Amino acid sequence: MSPTTASRTLGVGRLLIAVYAVLALAATARSFVQIVERFDEAPVAYLLSAVAGVVYIVATIALIKQGPFWYRVAWATISFELLGVIVVGILSLVDAELFPSDSVWSFFGRGYLFIPLVLPILGMLWLSRQGQRNAVEASA
Amino acid sequence: MIEIFTWVQVAVAVSAGLLCLVLGLAGKAPADLTMGALALVEVLLVVQLVVAIAAPAFGNTATGSVLEFYVYLISALLLPPAAALWALVERSRWSTVILGVAALSIAVMVYRMQQIWAYQVA
Repeated sequence: MSPTTASRTLGVGRLLIAVYAVLALAATARSFVQIVERFDEAPVAYLLSAVAGVVYIVATIALIKQGPFWYRVAWATISFELLGVIVVGILSLVDAELFPSDSVWSFFGRGYLFIPLVLPILGMLWLSRQGQRNAVEASA
Repeated sequence: MIEIFTWVQVAVAVSAGLLCLVLGLAGKAPADLTMGALALVEVLLVVQLVVAIAAPAFGNTATGSVLEFYVYLISALLLPPAAALWALVERSRWSTVILGVAALSIAVMVYRMQQIWAYQVA
């Protein structure tokens, strides 16, 4: 029973990584277009979108890589994303001028089906389960 | 873009996506059927690329941002090979689900490309 459960957890983790990769591609590609075509319209929002895109790429790589270093990188990048989507989500409600609706994190990621809001939470759940498994393996 | 072709393409991508999701969640590893469905999605994207390059010469030009259109198209073209590579490396049910996620993402991207081409004002 337990090997099946472990491999399934791993499998769901793969799906998480795949969704991260798609989001990384989407956010990076979109911010590239925004910066090339209309950077002066909303420089803060577009630069932040670009930073978000790069952080999604790093998070994707960190989730794929093994070992304690990448585990910490994954925690750092995913925490940064959750913080980003919450702060920018609130700011975009307060000050619509600063964050037009087409930045990644505006309105809690509305333009991306709220995936930027849900994904870091799923990522954290998965990382904490992995951490527990690593601890069990280390003690065994 | 040719609108009718776009709708055929979206329909194929959605069908391929649902097929892979259902088979993946039912526990099937990637097989000829699911990989073939993604290959068909990729072929249609290549046709779309050729159409997009040729269309302006026939007076069918994009109303919206050409750069944004091509960023979507090239991103979409990258997805099936990436998902298929994954499926070849790891033959598990989740690789089939990932094929489905890729196909559904492409359906959304192609729909967005049609909006950029036909409705978006640059």
